[in-house]
Amino acid sequence: MKQKDIAALLDEPACAHNAKSKSGCARPKPGSTAGGCAFDGAQIALLPIADVAHIVHGSIACAGSSWDNRGARSSGPTLYRIGMTTDLTEQDVIMGRGEKRLFHAIRQAVESYAPAAVFVYNTCVPALVGDDISAVCKAAQERWGVPVVPVDAAGFYGTKNLGNRIAGETMVKYVCGTREPDPPPPASARDGITVHDINLIGEYNIAGELWHVLPLLDELGLRVLCTLSGDARYCEVQTMHRAEVNMMVCSKAMINVARKLKEAWGTPWFEGSFYGVGDVSQALRDFARVTGDADLGDRTEALIAREEARIHAALEPWRVRLRGKKVLLYTGGVKSWSVISALQDLGMQVVATGTKKSTEEDKARIRELMGSDALMIEDGNPRALLNIVREQQVDILIAGGRNMYTALKARIPFLDINQEREFGYAGYTGMLELARQLALTLESPVWEAVRRPAPWSIPAAAAEA
Amino acid sequence: MAQIVKRNKALSVSPLKASQTIGAALAFLGFRRAIPMLHGSQGCTAFGKVFFVRHFREPIPLQTSAMDQVSTIMGADDNVVEGLKTICAKSAPALVGVPTTGLAETQGCDVRLAVKTFRDQCPEYAHIAVVPVATPDYSGCMETGFAAATRAILDELVPAAAQAGTSPGRRRRQVNVLAGAHLTPGDLERLKDLVEAFGLRPLVIPDLSDSLDGHLTDTDFSPLTIGGTPLNELATLGDARATLVIGASLYPAADLLHERTGVEDFRFDHLMGLEATDALIQVLQQLSGAEVPEKLVRQRAQLQDAMLDTHFMLGLSRIAIAADPDLLNGFSRLLAGMGAETVAAVTPANAPVLQRAACEAVKIGDLEDLRLLAVDHGAELLIGNSHAVESAARLGIPLLRAGFPQYDRLGGYQRTWIGYQGTRQTLFELANLLLSMERGEIHPYRSIYACKPDHREVSDAAATPPETNRLRH
Repeated sequence: MKQKDIAALLDEPACAHNAKSKSGCARPKPGSTAGGCAFDGAQIALLPIADVAHIVHGSIACAGSSWDNRGARSSGPTLYRIGMTTDLTEQDVIMGRGEKRLFHAIRQAVESYAPAAVFVYNTCVPALVGDDISAVCKAAQERWGVPVVPVDAAGFYGTKNLGNRIAGETMVKYVCGTREPDPPPPASARDGITVHDINLIGEYNIAGELWHVLPLLDELGLRVLCTLSGDARYCEVQTMHRAEVNMMVCSKAMINVARKLKEAWGTPWFEGSFYGVGDVSQALRDFARVTGDADLGDRTEALIAREEARIHAALEPWRVRLRGKKVLLYTGGVKSWSVISALQDLGMQVVATGTKKSTEEDKARIRELMGSDALMIEDGNPRALLNIVREQQVDILIAGGRNMYTALKARIPFLDINQEREFGYAGYTGMLELARQLALTLESPVWEAVRRPAPWSIPAAAAEA
Repeated sequence: MAQIVKRNKALSVSPLKASQTIGAALAFLGFRRAIPMLHGSQGCTAFGKVFFVRHFREPIPLQTSAMDQVSTIMGADDNVVEGLKTICAKSAPALVGVPTTGLAETQGCDVRLAVKTFRDQCPEYAHIAVVPVATPDYSGCMETGFAAATRAILDELVPAAAQAGTSPGRRRRQVNVLAGAHLTPGDLERLKDLVEAFGLRPLVIPDLSDSLDGHLTDTDFSPLTIGGTPLNELATLGDARATLVIGASLYPAADLLHERTGVEDFRFDHLMGLEATDALIQVLQQLSGAEVPEKLVRQRAQLQDAMLDTHFMLGLSRIAIAADPDLLNGFSRLLAGMGAETVAAVTPANAPVLQRAACEAVKIGDLEDLRLLAVDHGAELLIGNSHAVESAARLGIPLLRAGFPQYDRLGGYQRTWIGYQGTRQTLFELANLLLSMERGEIHPYRSIYACKPDHREVSDAAATPPETNRLRH
């Protein structure tokens, strides 16, 4: 990928980060950098497309340590969970045999697994030696009659965030608009309900949490043409251009997809979240608002009233147990505010939140939710997080998996909020699971046990006192 | 002698291989107050970190030289220098390992020169050991990276006997142990117990059982390893009574250590099974001049008893193994010693030790190759890492988890495979898995003339030819 193409991707007019020099795309600092590369980001963004053969073109480190490593669930094909890589050897690199190997690798994938499409992810070594993966993909597609899509996201191009954008860009450029959606199945027709087609962009169906939300959308007559990319199929991505509304779910990472779809097809979009009772209701209202369907609006309000009453009743016993507990939330971007409202729904007190990846707009929402003296954490190195836990007498740290063992080693209760987690928290129903997981760790008897010194290490006098 | 079958397909499907680079990182993690800084793009480190965190369920210190587009083209030596400065200033480590990645090697980096530049620029950090090692991921596998890093550490930090004035045997009780990548922290604990049982003092290199054994400490956070081989001990290697080398992958490192120090070494391809453990115990007995402790005699007898008990299940059983070379070799020899057959063997990269594996052929390949071989040869049980769960499910046979990574079960890192006790436990587990298969069970045959009332309802269904008393696999 050319430098100017990368620069173009980094310039994202729809993103509030754009005006500032600080963005998700700042140069990484040697010796003190955490987080994935562009390839990581691209792979995360597209891997959940379930009926595609995802081939990582590169030496083994890229696929070898990362395949079958995500919590995204599929309701059908499992092809996406099979790791595929050209596993380049020294000879391939030196003799320039990478392109040839890739060409045959695509054939092998097509012949053995009959995928709906093949995605080829470029990585550092072939990008550096100059393998022309677009040309190979084009030739392979013509030869074998299966769509072959090059995802040019070598690790050294930049951060995970950039990789997300490259992934989105690639879908818009190569896939969206290449097929018309089928009409809804006749059996799904219901009297008096107009069907509206929508897309959910940036929803990964972690632990299957999309399935907490999908029944509600079905009930309202909102047909999801495509989720990018949780539980998606290639043919769904092809039809994304026909949606009436796009929702950017909980992440700015693929904001370029929403913007480009608007530019090319005029599809309006809004940003929302499925975490927390209030946010789920808001997202549903936004669909009704943007489609301008008054009847949908009425039915949405009725559904919200019913669901909120149900979930509030179900959450009541949990609220008693969780009320007043202090939370330190450290996670990126939009999740910082969307999760805050979910936790406040449970009566918990969020004393501080990470804002490393948040925009000014996100921060404004955080202030609105947490009050003007909200503690915002820019640099969340483990030491700093632990200090805040001590100073603010925090009861639980909620963060991504990478911080889990930091918390546990410091004997602090912890909840994993990122993609590797095993539980789904989205939708009204997801709130129950969230409450259960919070109570499970907060109330566990192990905290007392692991803080208790060995009996023989306590002086006798102190023990008696 | 096993035949080595080379890779013959363009696409690797369900890869078995983990990279040399993270193998090297793992070796560095076996030293105290250490941190590896991978020389490559930040993703190399992020992936490696997740890989180890999921396996060990521990925080893993790992940094990156963070090569980006500009430094990839224009040269990334400055990244190494800057990264080292940052780490040294922030965390004051005892050791920084710098394994290179495929990206850095393809670019043609001279990591030694970069380290030298760092030395010239920062004399204030002269006391901090920095060990670069070339470990591109386009060759070798995890095991070779681990071995290369171990050798590099010895090369960098063990002084020659003449220079340092060390002499073999001056520390009469000290036994150096070079421990290969196939040994778990649990294995190393057991190995240390065995050495100590003879009144000897083991110095394990690298000592993962002290750094990644999963223990709580009083300090709440450390950016570096919280245990492992203390670096200052490396100066004493030349005074040791002997060196034990476990794992053929470390023989080149052992050659170097021997040449450097003159300390006699004893080499073991692996420590699984009666024969291999006997060989170790005999060496320990000779080194110490002590009697073999009663406890070990008893454990040996227990193992022999277990071998008798389990040979009924293991004898003629057909096993498929996917693992790095040393582990594969160990398992194949253990199984051969029980009358079991290794009918399918797959390993990610070639190694001399594979010639000695107890099976007809070893395929250099992936888990797809393993599955196909297992089908062809009617394997009844699979030995492999957590990725092999899917393969075992498709084959409909049980899986014994071994090797890297193990992320779908807790405590894989703590399993003990070696010695009399570890072998005994392994045999029990293998036998139990085979028992769960109900092999050799004869399915009921219903006679066409039978008057048993409970047969009548199914008589229609039985019109289709009955499944005869075929052995179920």
